[in-house]
Amino acid sequence: MKWRRVRAITIKEALQIVRDPRSLMIALLIPVLQMFLLGYGISLDVKHLPLCVYDQDKTTQSHDLLHRFSASPYFDTRPGLHNYAEVGRGLDTGNCRLAIVIPTGFSKGLADNGGSTVQALLDATDTNTASLAANYARAVIAGYSAQVQLDAIQSRGGQMQTVTPVEVRARVWFNEDLISRNFIIPGVVAMVMAIVGSQLSSLTIAREWERGTMELLISTPVQPMELMLGKLLPYFMVGMLDACICLALAMFWFDVPFRGTLIALFFTTGLFLLVVLCIGYYVSVSIRSQVGASQVALILTMLPTTLLSGFSFPIDQMPPVVQGVTYLISGRYYVTLLKALFLKGAPWSELSAPIACLTVYAAVMVVLAARSFHKTLD
Amino acid sequence: MTNPTSSGITAPQIIVEDLVKRFGDFIAINQVSFSVNRGEIMGFLGPNGAGKSTLLRVLCGLLHPNSGRAIVAGIDVAQDPEAVRRRIGYMSQKFSLYNDMSVVENLRFFGGVYGVSRRDIQDRLHFAVDMAGLGGREDSLVGTLAGGWKQRLALGAAILHKPAILFLDEPTSGVDPSSRRRFWELIHSLGEDGVSVLVSTHYMDEAEYCHRIALINHGKLIALGTPRELKRHALDGHLLELSGERIGTAIATLDQSTGMHNVAVFGSSLHALVDDAELRIPEFQAQLAAAGYVGITIRRIEPSLEDSFVQLVGGKK
Amino acid sequence: MPTATAAATLIDVGSLEKRFGAVSAVRGISFTVRSGEIFGLVGPDGAGKTTTTRMLAGVMRPDAGSIVIDGVNVLEQPELAKRHVSYMPQRFGLYEDLTVDENIRFYADLFEVERQVWQERADTMLAAADMTPFRKRLAGQLSGGMKQKLGLICSLVHTPRVLLLDEPTTGVDPLSRREFWQILYTLRSEGVAMVLSTAYLDEAERCDRLALMNAGQIMFCDTPSALKARMAGAMLEILGSSPRRLRDAVIDTPGVLGVLLVGTGVHVHVDDPQRALQIQEMLTAQDIPVNSLQTVSPSVEDLFIALLDQDIGKAPVP
Repeated sequence: MKWRRVRAITIKEALQIVRDPRSLMIALLIPVLQMFLLGYGISLDVKHLPLCVYDQDKTTQSHDLLHRFSASPYFDTRPGLHNYAEVGRGLDTGNCRLAIVIPTGFSKGLADNGGSTVQALLDATDTNTASLAANYARAVIAGYSAQVQLDAIQSRGGQMQTVTPVEVRARVWFNEDLISRNFIIPGVVAMVMAIVGSQLSSLTIAREWERGTMELLISTPVQPMELMLGKLLPYFMVGMLDACICLALAMFWFDVPFRGTLIALFFTTGLFLLVVLCIGYYVSVSIRSQVGASQVALILTMLPTTLLSGFSFPIDQMPPVVQGVTYLISGRYYVTLLKALFLKGAPWSELSAPIACLTVYAAVMVVLAARSFHKTLD
Repeated sequence: MTNPTSSGITAPQIIVEDLVKRFGDFIAINQVSFSVNRGEIMGFLGPNGAGKSTLLRVLCGLLHPNSGRAIVAGIDVAQDPEAVRRRIGYMSQKFSLYNDMSVVENLRFFGGVYGVSRRDIQDRLHFAVDMAGLGGREDSLVGTLAGGWKQRLALGAAILHKPAILFLDEPTSGVDPSSRRRFWELIHSLGEDGVSVLVSTHYMDEAEYCHRIALINHGKLIALGTPRELKRHALDGHLLELSGERIGTAIATLDQSTGMHNVAVFGSSLHALVDDAELRIPEFQAQLAAAGYVGITIRRIEPSLEDSFVQLVGGKK
Repeated sequence: MPTATAAATLIDVGSLEKRFGAVSAVRGISFTVRSGEIFGLVGPDGAGKTTTTRMLAGVMRPDAGSIVIDGVNVLEQPELAKRHVSYMPQRFGLYEDLTVDENIRFYADLFEVERQVWQERADTMLAAADMTPFRKRLAGQLSGGMKQKLGLICSLVHTPRVLLLDEPTTGVDPLSRREFWQILYTLRSEGVAMVLSTAYLDEAERCDRLALMNAGQIMFCDTPSALKARMAGAMLEILGSSPRRLRDAVIDTPGVLGVLLVGTGVHVHVDDPQRALQIQEMLTAQDIPVNSLQTVSPSVEDLFIALLDQDIGKAPVP
């Protein structure tokens, strides 16, 4: 192993990266774009849900109820509808996702029987949104209901201590505001690292084949390990630079709270980056076309990281077989670690298991990638 | 410089006048003028990047010239490129036939593309197959044929519609010498039938097969004439070959001799450009003998086209 | 030029074979090359020249046979062999987005050449090639001829004893080609052994010795003059206005071994130079116009065809 040769290859790669606008764009622009797009674009919160109302009663009470809906930040109340046909059309066209129908006799029911029903019609094509919408609607109605009760009691001149049998006080840990973004951004960081790392490294060997420089390279005394080290070093540095950019954006732009140590953060990021680079390198050795290599590398890194790392879907909700598969996905460990470091601020003892797994993973990938390259044309 | 063909008719099938083609700042064709007669085989020789392919593409109506005129088969290329393409055949080294289709399928395909009528297609198919020597192998996949067969077949495909003019772009790369000769015989027979052929190549020795050749360098036409004319007249002097033991070391001795234009190593001999062969040969013999060289033979040799090319471009030998 | 005293054999190739699937690209090739010799592998595309050169360079493993370069068995110790060998593949191996200087430095580093040594060599070679003003230019922006020269300089920076060149002058303009060969001749005088493959049959004459290759085999291996002498008979060039008539008249004449149609006449291969007179008389008698008739040197292509025909049992017919 001669360090002079490693250095020569590193310098060459670095010069080529800097002089190639396409790889510079991948390296610097795409991470920033992804962070902004996904950071702002994905929100699991539901706000401004289009709401239609069909008030058959048209009394003070029904107006009160409707007023609560229009005052709620979760709903965007549309102009009132006049019949069921319009309600149906509204839901069909997507003009409203939720329709509230207040029947005739609503206020009379409240006055006479102490109770009334309200109909809520939901567009459940997106079940997630629908169940959230239903809950919000229930909350609004419950608020109204409580108010009605209180008014009723007070109107009878009584004092009442409102005693509610059991009150649930939910205390949300780690993500008090329940802002979905805090949960999403760490996942986005992992995804961006997977894309950048795999794309940069997957092109490197394939490009030498395509341009014809590989043939000359293998006729020189350069060793496979020297080649790999020399080529991955600049990409590693670029990747860590990207990591800094993404993490800085996460912390200071998106205000995701960070509670861990920076050392742990960079160490785990470095490990994950190494894994992804090695995967890309391995693909590049096996597939001698740049286009093919970059696509396969993307599939092998970004897809698992996005779908099976716990970023999009909770792992414990997956079928047992798939859960088992996620143990093979490096993204799983990295996402777990990111969430732990950002939101939990967990101590080393808790991080050690996923870090150990990630380290083993990285070691295996390095060996695999180094041995995959053979100095021969066929 | 017209060259009467055996039929005695001289009529320029291709006329090019002051043709210029630019790509941005780069001038690919720089004021080129020439003409090709009926039944004439004209070769365009020059290195890669000289502008040969660009010239062919302009003549095929694929590129629009910036200035100048190109008339092919009586049609102005700039005015009606589509009509030009109906009158020409084109064969290129880069693409010829589909490897995963059979001989006959390929010919039918090209026949259809060239608009050969149903009435004529059968005859033309047989003609092409015979010309290529592939009788009995019509259903073989083209991918299984060796280079020489493919080349002749590609030629057949290019002339299915009996064009009056044939453009060949580096047609003989990658083909063994016997096949190459056979190919040129076919071209010659086409020429005798009145087809005008324009060939572009970077192999200087292919020039021998042409009636006239044009040397192209950096987009300019630097010479035009028969191979013999170019070889003899382009060279400013006589070419000598000196061979014998240790002759390579004799350069220093001969370099400053009277009448010597320049001398250089060539394989195991020396090639020397002198003003007058008859005068200098005995002089050099004496000089070398005096310097201790024995067994030296000196004779006049025919310059190659490459020598002429270099001379015209302005380099030393 | 090789001296009379024995120069060391630097390359020894024995019974080399290589198959690609069902196709035999190289079928039993053997030759040797001495120090200070330019050895040409000459033949059309598909003859096996590139495959042979690649096996010598150690970038492809042969299926059978042996290669010894500078005393090192290439099959057993490929990496050791590569230290003193330089390979210039058809596509050079230049990095288009690196400058001339950066390319040279890269290869110097790969071969671990001492800084002072390679800088001096680079200065000298670039100056000799008239490339000094272009040192800071990106390799991709050089002309074809200059790229070729740069490729050669990169392969020479570590002072190899053996140089392998795969079709180095294809498509390059004649002037650059000439300059390139002058560089090779200089290397020859320094004792470098060179194997050069080419499809330009006329380049064969510039080599010291050559091997004519066809369909994976060496048909003949000797100096250019010996090869020409081996071609029996003589070559006549007859120029006239109707080459076809000439050909038809001459072809069945006794003593004629072959006739080739050229643009302005025919080349006739005869068994004896004296036939020229007979043929001249015959043509005059038949009233066929002849502009000139003379004996000419056979070209290497004439050679190739003639030897192929003479050897018709061995070589496969296309």
